[in-house]
Amino acid sequence: MAKEVKLLGQWVSPYVLRVQIALELKGVSYEYLEQQFGENKSELLLKSNPVYKKVPVLIHKDRPICESAIILQYIDEVWGAGGPAVLPSDPYERAIACFWVSYIDDKFGPSLVGLIRGKTDEENAAAAEQAILGLELLEEAYEKSSRGKRFFGGDDVGYLDIVLGSSLRWIEVIEIMRGIKLLDNAKFPLLMAWAERFRAAAVVKKLMPEAGKLMEYAKEVQARMNAAAAN
Amino acid sequence: MGVKLLDAWVSPFGQRVRIALAEKGVEYEYVEENLAEKSRLLLESNPVHKKIPVLIHDGNPVCESLIIVEYIDDVWDKKPHLLPAHPYLRAQPRFWADFVDKKIYECGTRLWKLKGEEQAEAKKEMIEILKLLAAELGDKTYFGGDAFGFVDVALVPFTSWFYSYERCAGFSVEAECPEIVAWAKRCMERESVKKTLYDPEKVYEFVCFLKKRYGVE
Repeated sequence: MAKEVKLLGQWVSPYVLRVQIALELKGVSYEYLEQQFGENKSELLLKSNPVYKKVPVLIHKDRPICESAIILQYIDEVWGAGGPAVLPSDPYERAIACFWVSYIDDKFGPSLVGLIRGKTDEENAAAAEQAILGLELLEEAYEKSSRGKRFFGGDDVGYLDIVLGSSLRWIEVIEIMRGIKLLDNAKFPLLMAWAERFRAAAVVKKLMPEAGKLMEYAKEVQARMNAAAAN
Repeated sequence: MGVKLLDAWVSPFGQRVRIALAEKGVEYEYVEENLAEKSRLLLESNPVHKKIPVLIHDGNPVCESLIIVEYIDDVWDKKPHLLPAHPYLRAQPRFWADFVDKKIYECGTRLWKLKGEEQAEAKKEMIEILKLLAAELGDKTYFGGDAFGFVDVALVPFTSWFYSYERCAGFSVEAECPEIVAWAKRCMERESVKKTLYDPEKVYEFVCFLKKRYGVE
């Protein structure tokens, strides 16, 4: 019998990781379909996400849901009973969590991509500055929203934890690749402690990609970019 | 206490919030911000982006127009519901409102700010965007179906910018996407929309002012 829930993903994508974490937290069994990189997109992907043609796409009873932040909300609403709430139940707290998720997706995430793809010292410096500004804001946000609890969401991993936590492995890779420190213990003690707790969560340990493998992938991407630039 | 909205008259993002508040019959204090000289209240309420709109509810600020609209729908949990109850029927409007957010304003800005090939490229993209939205609307009354909903609120403020896009880039939205123009007319029959949107000529006046300021002739 075909699985009711399918996830189209790519193992390197932090956006896909977010969805996997949410599905596991709710105890949802699903079929994972690894998608190819580059131009060889599968028919299923093109049919399910004709607008952006990107992963992740969650397919539930043959109906596709796209955009990781929207998928996470969907999972929380459909499989509410399967695990602790991912989104806060209070409307104001929910708006604050959504605000930070939006910030991460619009500003912080792109600065990390900038650090991976930056070709000049200036580009890398600008991206690093934006990333560190983001971490400063998030350190403050963590202090305010966690109120001394273990995660942004409180006692349990929540929406903002998943969205920010999914980028941790990439942050590690970038720090090595670029020889810079982003998650500095001296500057961001609260986020560092939060990151350790997040990484230690059983569901995260199970799903996080290996740093070594991700590093290899990042080097390949850089090599391909350099080769293309040289031509 | 109560509800305060920090906003700027011409902002389509602010208009989304005004429309949502009107739909729900919420009384609020409207504060017009001078974006060249932002108030201390705005800078304190939205220190991260320093942008309008900001909804301040009982002293608590909520930022980002679509987040504000969902917040309004949650807090004033009565008819009309801007998002339906069913999760799948909530995911689709969120996707399309997000699409409007990602595409229309940025592409529209290129339409009036740029010239030549870059403007032609932006025109092509805008037509594609509107056609995608027309396909999503289909033959429904509103994007929300029979009920005016989240995507309608997200998109309708931009309809008063169509005239400016047309004048600057030389095309006709009605010729390319008559369904969108028809939908816009239906939305304008709603009190909340009629009271909130400005005359397209007034918006065009504003765009001309921006063009002068940016040295685009």
